[in-house]
Amino acid sequence: MAEIPEEEYILKTTSACAGCSASLILRYVTKAAGPDTVLVVPACCTSVIQGIYPDTAMNIPVYNVAFASAAAVASGMSEAFRAEGKDTNVICFAGDGGTVDIGIQALSGALERGTDFLYICYDNEAYSNTGMQRSGATPLGARTTTTPAGKTEFRKDLDAIIAAHNPVYMATACSAYPDDLYKKIKKALSVPGPKFMHVLAPCPPGWRYPSDKTIDMGKLAVKSGMWVLYERENGKLSITGASKAAMVKRIPVLDYIKVQGRFKTATEEDIEALQKSVDLGIEKLKKEAEGIC
Amino acid sequence: MLTIATGNKAVATAVRDAKPKVVAAYPITPQTEIVENIADFVSSGELDSRYIPVESEHSSMAACMGSSIAGVRTFTATSSHGLVYMCEMLHMVAAARLPIVMANANRALGPGWNVWAEHSDSLSMRDTGWLQVYVSTVQEAYDATLMAFRIAEDNDVLLPVMVNLDGFLLTHIMQGFETVELGDFIPETDLPHKIDVNNPGGYGTLTPPNEHFKFRWDIERALRDSVRIIEETESEFEKRFGRKYGMTEDYRTEDAVVIIVSMGTLGKEMEVAVDSLREEGIKAGSVRIRWYRPFPDLKSRLEGRDIVVIDRDYSFGFGGIVANEIRAKCNVKPYSVIAGLGGQEVTYDDIAEFVRDRKADSEFWFGVNE
Repeated sequence: MAEIPEEEYILKTTSACAGCSASLILRYVTKAAGPDTVLVVPACCTSVIQGIYPDTAMNIPVYNVAFASAAAVASGMSEAFRAEGKDTNVICFAGDGGTVDIGIQALSGALERGTDFLYICYDNEAYSNTGMQRSGATPLGARTTTTPAGKTEFRKDLDAIIAAHNPVYMATACSAYPDDLYKKIKKALSVPGPKFMHVLAPCPPGWRYPSDKTIDMGKLAVKSGMWVLYERENGKLSITGASKAAMVKRIPVLDYIKVQGRFKTATEEDIEALQKSVDLGIEKLKKEAEGIC
Repeated sequence: MLTIATGNKAVATAVRDAKPKVVAAYPITPQTEIVENIADFVSSGELDSRYIPVESEHSSMAACMGSSIAGVRTFTATSSHGLVYMCEMLHMVAAARLPIVMANANRALGPGWNVWAEHSDSLSMRDTGWLQVYVSTVQEAYDATLMAFRIAEDNDVLLPVMVNLDGFLLTHIMQGFETVELGDFIPETDLPHKIDVNNPGGYGTLTPPNEHFKFRWDIERALRDSVRIIEETESEFEKRFGRKYGMTEDYRTEDAVVIIVSMGTLGKEMEVAVDSLREEGIKAGSVRIRWYRPFPDLKSRLEGRDIVVIDRDYSFGFGGIVANEIRAKCNVKPYSVIAGLGGQEVTYDDIAEFVRDRKADSEFWFGVNE
């Protein structure tokens, strides 16, 4: 942790919920990016975390934009900065709804065009800002206000979609492992071109767990294999940090979901299906990491 | 330099001459030629600009928003479905006070699938806070696009400008037009609220009712001030380059008993109709609305006369949009003619006939059996 700078770009007192992992992620992202950075934020929890006009909890410029538009706005901003000879980091900081659902077209376009920017999706697996409605990232069996009996579909495989665009760098991370997160952001920002990071962001009110358990929840996600930490540089995949152990031995998915109220209505079939998809997903990643694919 | 070109080429040439740093656009009929020409200018080095080939019109306006807030001159072009697809971003851009210039090739909306001229696309964006100008010739398309950059970027305006040209009737017809030696006519872009990492702040943050209300009033105040900026800009343009424009283009209105009002390419047809009506003893005149937002002050010219308004648009369940705006602002009872929808041909003879048949305070759909 020694290399992480002491400078803070986000106030200690924000409008975030207690135990909010998104604000923790935001804190490390801004520490890694430094002051020559603009955040482009679509509608999401971060729209609220930064506070109400005329105040701001952030010490770098934050541009709040329309829900579907973050990656496209970043495209224009990045081109304008480059045209002016500026190296300013342009970082989209978007929730899962703004990424896997309404914003995916703009994201796909920006990646395809080779936009010089970093897109970070902090994934709390629902539209948490507005009271926990289902998103394309909500896992099978999870209760939300629009899936009151539990979601009947698997989550969208966003990372596979992003990987198909061949960004120069892509990585997953989790708020429970800030050191890994910080290093990956540093690495992403060290290369020009389109970069993508997908960061798991456990959400106490949405996932229905006590707000002091946010770090534990992230660790359970990684230890169970429900979330895998890796990075892909120029197409080459490496498993990182705690996920290396999870490749070999994992705790059951049940241990992760039984401590969350959102899975209260999940059936045995749901749990079995989740376990199966985790095992299959890990096998796939393992093979790719070993160069077999 | 005098050259012959289409309306689309004239717009692209004006963009080349105004030197925006970023152009983000998506091709759509009948605007396509504008962005093709700009892509050519960028590719050949005639224009030192970043051309962003976006994946949709929503994204083209979003990309323009990103580049404009970064402080650089920005242009895009669209039409019809592209424009309405952008609708959300048009509101975002105006409320963020970003001086983006956009050409819109006026075209009908489907279904049925129709690529020809109609003003329903841009008029449905009436309340977004954008300035809107409607042009009638290739020369005017060039001149208005140039002036749009200066007007939009004036610190008393700081609002986006939409330059509207009738699809095919102007985008694809060829006329002679003259480019200008711009000199310092358009100053460097200087956006007072551009994003600055040395002076960080929140842009577009959650805003409570009282502040939101003030921001909306600021937009209205800027629209009102923009009349002065438009007049100053056009008068300086006239001094430097010799061509005269105005909020409206009036033709033989001084002694007119009946005045025809319309927008876009129908404006020139109206003038021919006025001449032929005068030959048969009907004292006619015409007013072509150029700047639709801000709306021109027409009251003194229209009050007390017979008014015929030709709308190439319609507000379903209510009436011709221009006719109703004139009715609301000018205390007149116009004969409202709905004509030219989806590219329907409207000749000066047809217009003369509308005038002969006029009935105050009534509506007529040209070419439709009732």
